[in-house]
Amino acid sequence: MSVMALAKALGITLRHFFSKPVTIPYPDAPVPLKPRFHGRHVLTRHPDTGLEKCIGCSLCAAACPAYAIYVEPAENDPENPVSIGERYAKVYEINMLRCIFCGNCEEACPTGAIVLGYEFELADYRYSDFVYTKEDLLVDTVGSKPQRREAKERKKPVKLGFEVPYVRPELEGVKYE
Amino acid sequence: MIWALFVTAVKALVLILALLFAFAYITWIMRRGLARFQIRLGPNRVGPFGLLQPIADAVKAIFKEDITVARADRFLYWLAPFLAFTFALAAFAVIPVGPDGWVVANIDMGVLYVFAVSELAIYGVFLAGWASGSKYPLMGGLRSIAALVGYELALGMAILPVVLMAGTLNLQEIVEWQKQHGYFIIYQFPAFLVYFIASLAEMSRTPFDFAEAEQELVAGFHTEYSSMKFVAFYIAELLHWIVGSALIATLFLGGWDAPFGLPEIPVLWLFVKWALFIFLVLWIWASWFRTRYDQMIRFAWGVLLPVATVWFLITAYYVVKGGMA
Repeated sequence: MSVMALAKALGITLRHFFSKPVTIPYPDAPVPLKPRFHGRHVLTRHPDTGLEKCIGCSLCAAACPAYAIYVEPAENDPENPVSIGERYAKVYEINMLRCIFCGNCEEACPTGAIVLGYEFELADYRYSDFVYTKEDLLVDTVGSKPQRREAKERKKPVKLGFEVPYVRPELEGVKYE
Repeated sequence: MIWALFVTAVKALVLILALLFAFAYITWIMRRGLARFQIRLGPNRVGPFGLLQPIADAVKAIFKEDITVARADRFLYWLAPFLAFTFALAAFAVIPVGPDGWVVANIDMGVLYVFAVSELAIYGVFLAGWASGSKYPLMGGLRSIAALVGYELALGMAILPVVLMAGTLNLQEIVEWQKQHGYFIIYQFPAFLVYFIASLAEMSRTPFDFAEAEQELVAGFHTEYSSMKFVAFYIAELLHWIVGSALIATLFLGGWDAPFGLPEIPVLWLFVKWALFIFLVLWIWASWFRTRYDQMIRFAWGVLLPVATVWFLITAYYVVKGGMA
């Protein structure tokens, strides 16, 4: 009966009326992300020694389909090494405007140095500000460039707009808070 | 005499302000309510819970460019929103919100007045469709006239048993009759159903909102209107909803009378019953489809009118036999 169908429609909408909205009011509330979300890259370190995992091999740059990565290697000083291998990345830059967040760099990396994290709030004003250098990518840095700039201006800690059920183990030593 | 005129003028002013306030917040209720039916949040950025949204909307509308299309009939184009707005506003004048004196115009022809005025508002819609010189508004205007021919008879026929039973056309007296004998929704349930369905068409709400079907007609009769002229139509449209709901509450649910022996407070009980119908219409809006206008006309003539007529004859027989007198 069509009348029953109409009543059923009313029932469905009434049930929805009393259920919790699915909308996430994003800037006010954090966005729930999945652990495998592809966000801003992180250059990880060895947890014991604190040495960088990156050995400056440029395989990530070779794997990058968007040509977003630039690596310039240099020889390690044996007395005071930066990384575990013979060489380390003297310059490591990722252009976040070119990056398509495919994760090929992470796949290509032989030492697991470059890993895609969760940060996605990268919007900024100048082209040059989208080139993330080693300092911006290393594990201890929390927040994107604009976020850190804003935090510095307001003298408040960086506020991240997401939450994850757990941080996947590849992101060794990364702490989001 | 002058004092009475003054009192009426003040009452009218208060009513107009109240109605415009109700309109402003009905847009908020509509948007938030529809959003909740669709598991969304709705506008919540302006003020707490988005409560200042109507003010933001008003400011936006005022500063929009007022466009008159080149092929428009200028006089009628200007007149149409004015007509729609005025008549929609005027219809509420006879609806009592409380016992003696809580009504702007306590006239003996109350029911007829409401019908006459709220149907005059259709001229606004039709003239807008005609004067815009554009095909979508024309289609919208034609549809609303075609629908009027359908639902108006059913609407009038559904009101007759109520009038017969109460023995008066005065809305205040109808409410007082219900206060004494019980609400008409109990005695006149078939009439209530017919009236409610037909008044959905009168308010041009889902499932009979084909006069402004977005998917087919852009925005129907007010496609070519912008700025405050558009706002006038928007107010008129929502006022039909407001007045229609208040009228059903008055005719079938006892108006301002306090139900279940609760203390009698003017305005409050009519407001509660009114809110019930506002919600009901919103609920239907969120749930149902839109009919084709020929389907609606066939339904109005083929189902609503015969049901209302038969029920009217039954009531007439009952009243003539001396029941309820």
